[in-house]
Amino acid sequence: MDLLKKIKKYNLKGRGGAGFAVSDKWEAVLSSKNKDKYLIVNGAEGEPGVKKDEYIIKYHTKEFLAGVKLVLNYIKAKKCILFLNHDYSKYDTKIKAYIEEDNIEIRYKPINAGYVAGEESTMLNILENKRSEPRSRPPFPTESGYKDSPTLIHNVETIFNIYLVSIGKYKENRFYTINGEVRNPGVYNFPANYTIARILEETNNLPSFKFFVQHGGQASGEILNSSQLKKQASGCGAITIYSYKNSNDFILIKNLVNFYFNSSCGKCTPCREGTYRLKEMLSGEKMNWPHFLELIDNLENSSFCALGSSLAIPVKSYIKNVNPDFKPEL
Amino acid sequence: MKKFYIKINNKKILVSEKESILEIARKNKIDIPSLCYHPDLPVKGNCGLCLVEIKGFKKLVRACSVKAKAGMEIKTNTASVAKSRNLNLELLYAEHANKCSTCVNSIDCQLLKLAKKYKIDITEFPKRKSERKTYKFSKAVEIDGSQCIDCRSCLDACQLLSGIKHLELKGRGVKQEIVPKKQEDVFSGLAAKKKGFACVYCGQCALHCPVGAAQEQEQLSKLEPVLKNKSQDEIIVAQIAPSVRVSIGEEFGLKPGTLVTGKLVTALKKLGFDAVIDVNFGADTTTIVEAQELIERIKNKKPLPLLTSCCPAWVRYVEYYHPELIKNLTSSRSPQMHTAGLIKTYFAKRNNISPDKIKIVSIMPCTAKKYEATRKELRYKGKDLIDFVLTTRETAYLIDKNKIKFNALKDTKMNNMLSEHSGAGAIYGSSGGVMESAIRTALHVLENKDIAKIDFKECRGMKGLKEASVKVKNRKLKIAIVNGLANFQKIVDHIDKYDYIEVMTCPGGCIGGGGQPIPTNTDIRLARMKSLYSIDSKKKLRKAHENSYALKALHYLESQKIDKEILHTSYSEKNK
Repeated sequence: MDLLKKIKKYNLKGRGGAGFAVSDKWEAVLSSKNKDKYLIVNGAEGEPGVKKDEYIIKYHTKEFLAGVKLVLNYIKAKKCILFLNHDYSKYDTKIKAYIEEDNIEIRYKPINAGYVAGEESTMLNILENKRSEPRSRPPFPTESGYKDSPTLIHNVETIFNIYLVSIGKYKENRFYTINGEVRNPGVYNFPANYTIARILEETNNLPSFKFFVQHGGQASGEILNSSQLKKQASGCGAITIYSYKNSNDFILIKNLVNFYFNSSCGKCTPCREGTYRLKEMLSGEKMNWPHFLELIDNLENSSFCALGSSLAIPVKSYIKNVNPDFKPEL
Repeated sequence: MKKFYIKINNKKILVSEKESILEIARKNKIDIPSLCYHPDLPVKGNCGLCLVEIKGFKKLVRACSVKAKAGMEIKTNTASVAKSRNLNLELLYAEHANKCSTCVNSIDCQLLKLAKKYKIDITEFPKRKSERKTYKFSKAVEIDGSQCIDCRSCLDACQLLSGIKHLELKGRGVKQEIVPKKQEDVFSGLAAKKKGFACVYCGQCALHCPVGAAQEQEQLSKLEPVLKNKSQDEIIVAQIAPSVRVSIGEEFGLKPGTLVTGKLVTALKKLGFDAVIDVNFGADTTTIVEAQELIERIKNKKPLPLLTSCCPAWVRYVEYYHPELIKNLTSSRSPQMHTAGLIKTYFAKRNNISPDKIKIVSIMPCTAKKYEATRKELRYKGKDLIDFVLTTRETAYLIDKNKIKFNALKDTKMNNMLSEHSGAGAIYGSSGGVMESAIRTALHVLENKDIAKIDFKECRGMKGLKEASVKVKNRKLKIAIVNGLANFQKIVDHIDKYDYIEVMTCPGGCIGGGGQPIPTNTDIRLARMKSLYSIDSKKKLRKAHENSYALKALHYLESQKIDKEILHTSYSEKNK
């Protein structure tokens, strides 16, 4: 059966975080009249606490590259770029052992490119040697991406899944990165419909102490209390455990704010200035809690890119689910 | 183009698919604020003020970045829009060091207008950029980092309109800053030369800055005491450029393009100027001198094409970036310098005033004219001819500051020996105007008879590159008009196919100059242009060489053997 038909049959979803239907992206790229099409594999993996792309690159190198070539040939791309986290250059030789084609290139994310470098339009800017900043969307990359040409962008795990679909071995599983205060940290593979509770049980990671959980990454993931674990892990499938004993409300919020402040590319007001003022409030006498929350809401509502707006997710869910009485003490 | 309906604030509007929500709203007089959007430049979506709610969208949407789709229902002033918009405005205001009380651009400042409109508490956050540096470019333009709100319009104006890439954005996050690019050593032969991306002083950065962070280097604070403490035997003369009379009214709420020559003269007299002289007069002498040179170059097959030199930013561009073209620049000085030269010689002599007792103040649409006035090559008897150069904005600020009710002023005529001008002189302020004026005169001389055709419409309009060929005797004169310096790239590789090229750095020419009122955009430029061409068409005197007063003045200079010094100059390669 035709690969695209198989992908449709499995209703394959992207594994980069947003869960967009793979076939929709393919059809958009294939329908473009522009002959110069590009394939870009996003392995920037900038979300703290997520290591599944690395796991696939390290342990499933051959299958991953077989997937790359399948897609490359199917959409008749002029070129494929593997855009990888700079830490993964240690696998460079390993990856290259499977590449004979001259039109597959590896580019490593620059160390100073920041969190936003994994955002797909920012990645395109970096690949074109422009500032590491998001672009306006629309146009979407499938219509006008790399070098203004139709560009198919897939996460490493999505490519791996496409390979599994092609050989008929796709089982609707996904990779989970488990970390934090757990006995058995690591990357695991389970059915995509497992709940967080079940995954923790299966990996023997369910804590005996009082804890809370962040799922979807340590920067942008939602925070849940221990009674809310009947949910599936979101985003790129990370699960982080925090104990009440070893965590501090204020430091947790401060670390989040600092991470976003340091990552802000500077393009838009709500993120550049907003995170600066949030940081200022947390480090000085200028704390005004209602104003603090307004700035968080404002980021969520008006940040230019999805990364900027995601600071609201952990901060608001922490306050809602873990400590409704939270107010910073300076 | 497809047409369909959308709703903004429940009002049904017929729109076409290529328009953004912001463009549609503004066309329909629905107010959506923005600081980083400028119709001259690509959409950036940085400032976060043009937020709207669209039914079915989870997040607020930037109206500048989203194109209308059939059936869209948009709300521009919901509680959540107001909350985010005001907060972003507050955040932007906290970036901007408060210098409003002395800021020349405060009358045009869009940040100040929005802060007043939305009643933003400007002290909510402490200022964060007070320590930033001010970069000064010659005596023309400056960028004050302490006032910058990171909208980046200056960057785009510099790169896309002027095409010189002098400015760059350095650093990330809150550390980002607009800075001039550093010069680097470039080796040519054995000698190392400093080369890089030099500023041409056009001021397009200032014209596109919504908050006056990029602005002219003001000279008002030095001029004001001079006007105040004037001695009995001293006279202060204002000379006004062709394009200011059709733009300065905008600073007082008049429609773009409103002709206010008479009011401007009255205002200047009220401010203490003893005489107001018309640079249109100098435009006529420039035309006569330049047309003569064109004819000589054609006859002697001397370097062609002839390049205009009345735009000082363009001259600076040639000297720095294309020194091989210096030989092509006309030796004729610009109208500003012609007029000033005539004031210090002809006007002084005829009015029996010692030239040393005359102070000249240029009222210009331009920031580069400030630089031109200080150029060593353009001195007379070792001294600068011009004492101060004010932009249109500075002039309006001065009028406003002195509480002169501009719109209520009666008209005053210039009425002196340097005020009568042709229609050709009037259109110097528009892109193509210099060319059209010169052709009117050159054709007359080459054909040695009166030419019926006066209007050369192929020279007019807002196209980036205008080309034409004009039949004269047994040959064709090939001309090109570059409207906006970035467009010079379109002809740089084949300029030898032309005989005569006009280049104006600013889009639209001087009516879109770096010192003009803010906002300036295509509609406003066209309105100002139209007004200049209507001065021309209403004049009986349409050709520079028919201006007997100008001929008389030129004759005077020749008789005194100072015509060369006053009317001509030369240029040289610049490495800084």
